[in-house]
Amino acid sequence: MTAPLHIVLAWHDWLDLFFHYFLLSFMSVGGAISTTAEMHRYLVEQHGWLTQAQFNESIAIAQAAPGPNILFVALMGWNVGLNAGSHAAAVLGVLCMMVGIMLPSSAITLLASAWGHRNRELRAVRAFKQGMVPLVIALLISTGIVLGAVNRDPATDWPLWTLSAVAGLFVWRTRIHLLWLLATGALLGIFGFV
Amino acid sequence: MSGSQLSGPKSLADLFISFTLLALQGFGGVLSVAQRELVEHKRWLTPEEFLEDWAVAQIMPGPNVVNLSLMLGHRYFGLRGALAALAGMLAVPSLVVLAIATLYMHHSDNAHVAGALRGMAAVAAGMIAATGVKMLATLSRHPLPLWASVPLTVAGVAAGAWLRLPLLPTLLVVGGLGCWLTYRRIP
Repeated sequence: MTAPLHIVLAWHDWLDLFFHYFLLSFMSVGGAISTTAEMHRYLVEQHGWLTQAQFNESIAIAQAAPGPNILFVALMGWNVGLNAGSHAAAVLGVLCMMVGIMLPSSAITLLASAWGHRNRELRAVRAFKQGMVPLVIALLISTGIVLGAVNRDPATDWPLWTLSAVAGLFVWRTRIHLLWLLATGALLGIFGFV
Repeated sequence: MSGSQLSGPKSLADLFISFTLLALQGFGGVLSVAQRELVEHKRWLTPEEFLEDWAVAQIMPGPNVVNLSLMLGHRYFGLRGALAALAGMLAVPSLVVLAIATLYMHHSDNAHVAGALRGMAAVAAGMIAATGVKMLATLSRHPLPLWASVPLTVAGVAAGAWLRLPLLPTLLVVGGLGCWLTYRRIP
């Protein structure tokens, strides 16, 4: 695998990378994916540490691959390191960016949830957790709709829409293992049915 | 609300392995698998508890499924539990994603690979929406009456899927209204 870019990163650049992701972590309400515009500005436009194609592929692969979508940050770190010339640098890139993006948000979540658990009998805490439920359900449904509608025209892509709807029906009404549904979707795609 | 049939992770290793397996089944996001595994299979959480924890995981900064794993790990085994759950969520899946990315570099122009990804993405979208639809049943046991909770849910779907509003104003308006109405209904 040859890197499409050749860059040189000094130790203060790695530190800068770490602190940049450390700051982004505080702003990542709704997941780190909501800060991708800022990541793009920093990595691609300002520093030129990633190409546009590497940036897009890091997000696309992490979403398609198993595991939480936050791993697109690990892929970006890996690619920055490869651009800097070695697999050791790639590992360093993964560590700088993943520790940076995870540390503040994890600490805040732990403190807040521990506080909420200690005070779970408080009327305000119960009202918050239960009052958010309608919105949480709504966000699940709309995330599915938005993901299903990405770059798709119902006139030509109706097989994909049908596949999403049928998969949804199976998840809702049956206890079939989710991996069977994903495998079916992959096979339909490989043979060109969707 | 914790029913007698609820259980929990037996050890740190159980937490780590459970979350590793959960993450590795999560193509296109881990959320639908998390609901299946934690509520329906392992019964660590009731559907109501899952939604309440999910609300906190969602409103905090950071990836929501990872936040959920941190919170659960912490509840059972303290900081060590949180770290074990976090490691389960990230360690092995990182290696898998890096391996897939390395393979993908060699096959990105292959039409079969692109087709498989397209099909899997369509299934994943349906799975997430269905997880939400399944959770609608919990509204019948919610402190708010259906004539309040259902319109709130519909407003949230309209804001996210139709108007495509950013998360923050939706959280403040729909979430805030839900919390305020609930506060007035519960003792």
